[in-house]
Amino acid sequence: MSAVLPETPGVTIFHLVGRYTIDAVRAIGSLTLFCWRLAGQVWRIPRAKVLWPIMYDVGVQSLPVILVTGLFIGMVLAVQSYDTLKVMHFESRIGSVINVTLVKELGPVLAATMLAGRVGSAIAAEIGTMRVTEQVDALDALGADPVAYLVVPRFLACFWLIPALTILADAIGMFGGWFVSTCILGVSSHFFWLYSDSFVTAYDVVSGVVKSLFFGAAIAVIACHRGFHCGSGAEGVGRAATEAFVYSFIAILVLDFILGIFMLQAYRWLFGGPISLF
Amino acid sequence: MTSLSSPMTPAVLELQNVSVTFGAHGVLRTLSLQVFRGETLVLIGESGCGKSVTTKLLAGLLHPTHGRVLWHEKAVTELSRREIRQRRLKYGYLFQGGALFDSLDVYENVAFGLRENTRTRENEIRDIVQLRLRDVGLPWTAARKRPSELSGGMRKRVALARALALSPEVMFYDEPTTGLDPVMSDVINELILETRSRQPVTSIVVTHDMTTVRRVADRVVMLYPLARLQPGEPQIVFEGTATEAFECPDPRVHNFVYGEAGERLKELAA
Repeated sequence: MSAVLPETPGVTIFHLVGRYTIDAVRAIGSLTLFCWRLAGQVWRIPRAKVLWPIMYDVGVQSLPVILVTGLFIGMVLAVQSYDTLKVMHFESRIGSVINVTLVKELGPVLAATMLAGRVGSAIAAEIGTMRVTEQVDALDALGADPVAYLVVPRFLACFWLIPALTILADAIGMFGGWFVSTCILGVSSHFFWLYSDSFVTAYDVVSGVVKSLFFGAAIAVIACHRGFHCGSGAEGVGRAATEAFVYSFIAILVLDFILGIFMLQAYRWLFGGPISLF
Repeated sequence: MTSLSSPMTPAVLELQNVSVTFGAHGVLRTLSLQVFRGETLVLIGESGCGKSVTTKLLAGLLHPTHGRVLWHEKAVTELSRREIRQRRLKYGYLFQGGALFDSLDVYENVAFGLRENTRTRENEIRDIVQLRLRDVGLPWTAARKRPSELSGGMRKRVALARALALSPEVMFYDEPTTGLDPVMSDVINELILETRSRQPVTSIVVTHDMTTVRRVADRVVMLYPLARLQPGEPQIVFEGTATEAFECPDPRVHNFVYGEAGERLKELAA
């Protein structure tokens, strides 16, 4: 028996499921082809005159938002974990809790989320506007491959700079956590760094940076793809910018889960030890 | 204006039984069209009849759903990516809104094609840009302006200078006078004629402006919207000279060239 929706007579739940399935398959196919086109061009480094302004926009212009994000993550982690640790008389170990959480999870994920909003939406809106105003066609007509000219520099800027920005977010977050812990909550600075040093391994830092490499690539590919397939008019551009953020955010969460499992398994393979999910 | 086209001359560009659909929406149906060397072909027709799509097909900026596009009697699908790129450099395209790159100034816009496709030295690029800006009646002081600082007419002229920078053999003009005042429209018409007189260029012009048709056309082709055609009816409802277009008894052509609504309002309301 099919459930008929009251608003649209004749359209059943099966029609909707079918439509969404076709749309999803089409979107995945389109994104795959887009990645294939990008893979064919990404080895050709763009001219500095094209690349530098984009790197400036992605990197330097994102610094304020990244520093504020990192600082407050660190400070909030200190405030939230202090009470629990104090009950167990472990408050001196607060540095390890803050810094492990920061470098492995919250730093990369929240920095990437903020950048998906700032950089991803801007990329989708810019390329979308170029699509709507026929500037993408003009590139093609003037003998420039639009993927090579528009997508490759944005991909490289995100791929190189989002990990760098994540490292900065981690660093400022550590400072924020240290400041609240020592100056406000009265934890000894010596123990803060001693336990941080004991618990935060180089592998934790590297795994966070590796995650952010994937996050950067995902943000760039999704944002450029939405821009290239933007609908007509101002509504189309607005929708492309929103979709770029929403899809990037989902991709960040899914990648974080998959990479989290992979990183734990990789640690076990490389160094042995008890950590295993399977 | 005498026609330079001849059925004996091989077509420079050709569409063979081309159909285009966007999703469920059909725009062109089994359309065949030839463009001959040196002629100025003007495509006219109501909004949404597929003129711009036809031009983009001819320029290789769109691919048909069915049918073939031929450049110099060779199907575009049989050309390598490199051949397509090389041939496309011989085609200049003036887009409807100019499509100037917002992030670049006028100089960089005009120099874009040269920088991307040639190894021309900077001083030569400068000379070419200067020449092309002069050709379209723009002062050298405009070279460092951003597209956002230009008027509609100036944007169109910069776009024309950019399209001409690589000395194309075929020029596409997509609604070159739309949105311009009558004087600036005439300036653009004059530039189309001057471009043709300066170098042997084949031109394809898409327009609603019958003044442009009168002034520049060797041959006029009128397309009709697919939605308003009967099944099996050809989409080209007129092909001939500009004078013949004005004398055509077909009410669809007559109403368009004289700008008369006829029964259209009733049709729209029905």
